[in-house]
Amino acid sequence: MKVIVDEERCVGGGQCVAAAPDVFDQRDDDGVVVLLDPAPPHERAAAVREAAMLCPAAAIVVVDT
Amino acid sequence: MTVNGLPLARPEGRPLDPPPELAEIRARAPISPMTYPDGHEGWLVTGYAQARAVLADNRFSARYELAHLPYGDFGRLPPAPAGDISAIDPPEHTRYRRLLAGAFTVRRMALLAERAEEITVGLLDAMAGQGPPADLVTALAQPLPGLMICELLGVPAAEREGFQRHAAAGILDADVTPEDAYRAWAALSEHIGALVPIKRAAPTEDLISDLTAGDLTDEEITGLGVFLLGAGLDTTGSVLARGVFALLTHPEQFALLRADPGLVEGAVEELLRYLSIGPCGLRTALEDVEVDGVLIRAGQTVTISQPAANRDPARFPDPDALDVRRDAAGHLTFTHGIHQCLGQHLARLELRVALRGLIARFPTLRLAVEPGDVPMRDEYANVYGLYRLPVAW
Repeated sequence: MKVIVDEERCVGGGQCVAAAPDVFDQRDDDGVVVLLDPAPPHERAAAVREAAMLCPAAAIVVVDT
Repeated sequence: MTVNGLPLARPEGRPLDPPPELAEIRARAPISPMTYPDGHEGWLVTGYAQARAVLADNRFSARYELAHLPYGDFGRLPPAPAGDISAIDPPEHTRYRRLLAGAFTVRRMALLAERAEEITVGLLDAMAGQGPPADLVTALAQPLPGLMICELLGVPAAEREGFQRHAAAGILDADVTPEDAYRAWAALSEHIGALVPIKRAAPTEDLISDLTAGDLTDEEITGLGVFLLGAGLDTTGSVLARGVFALLTHPEQFALLRADPGLVEGAVEELLRYLSIGPCGLRTALEDVEVDGVLIRAGQTVTISQPAANRDPARFPDPDALDVRRDAAGHLTFTHGIHQCLGQHLARLELRVALRGLIARFPTLRLAVEPGDVPMRDEYANVYGLYRLPVAW
């Protein structure tokens, strides 16, 4: 799977970091998402999808590869 | 069928359940036309998916002054006071939100865990020393969020007692007149206002100091500080008080947590879902918007009922059951969209630490009065709370 994040849309809610801390982080100054792993392994798919579902600003897109 | 104002009355004997009409309205039409008390023809959203869709759509404004109110006879609201970023739209909202969001990241909140635990231990020690019985609201639910916000904002230790006193007095309840509450908030605002130049001159490790590093004026920083206080005090304290009440009136759920404290994290999400925090959120359409096949016209107000959406069986099976083992992620108690609660990870931290601490310290915790005698604070309806929670152990 491939993960795309939209920094402009992000509101720093941190839901993604709580759901999948190995894939997402937040910048210290403004809380905006930092993508740690744009191609997470298959076994992380559920957590990454949960992060995308929980994102309040729809700033995470998951593409199946 | 048009709904006539937002139903508010809870079912007899079930003080934590939403008004039963909401489930009927949701089954009929999850987006229903509603006549507001001032005669406005707007909408009521009771379905989970529909609520999420409205809250995520920036064609709806959060500005107070555009909204018609779904209950009461308060007239229209003035625009948000300076610093209240929950009722402004982008791009203004984006600028302030980004300035604050760095202070509330998952990582920053995790760094506060130890402090939350120390504060909780201190409060529980004092409670054990005074009781049983004890009032859980004054012993834990009110002071914990207050002390954590002092910590975060950087209120010096010597000033915290006075700060806490004003904070408690600012929560509107039966013994507090609106004038008294207003005066208490004015005192808090003055207190924060006085801190800003001090932090600007000699920054310390806290949010007010961080904010002085940017290009915000002292007035803006004061406004943001007051907003964060308002957002973080009564909300978390009320969920904690009502959450403990919910667990003690569902002893089998309390027993599950006692047997496996690892369930606390999920229990906090479930309590947030089960309780909601207040009756609704409000949005007003800036242009014509179609949501789930319903055309909402520009200028119409949409009332989003979180209590109804959080109990939508299409999203949460058997929604009226309190089940600490359920996956309640995605509930709308912190709302959804760009205004989703900035302090949600702080609230989670406080609720987890408080519940774990309570269960470990008072495994035999129980209500000291009949459930029907616990005074519910429903009528000051922005935030549902408890006046008192008498407990024993």
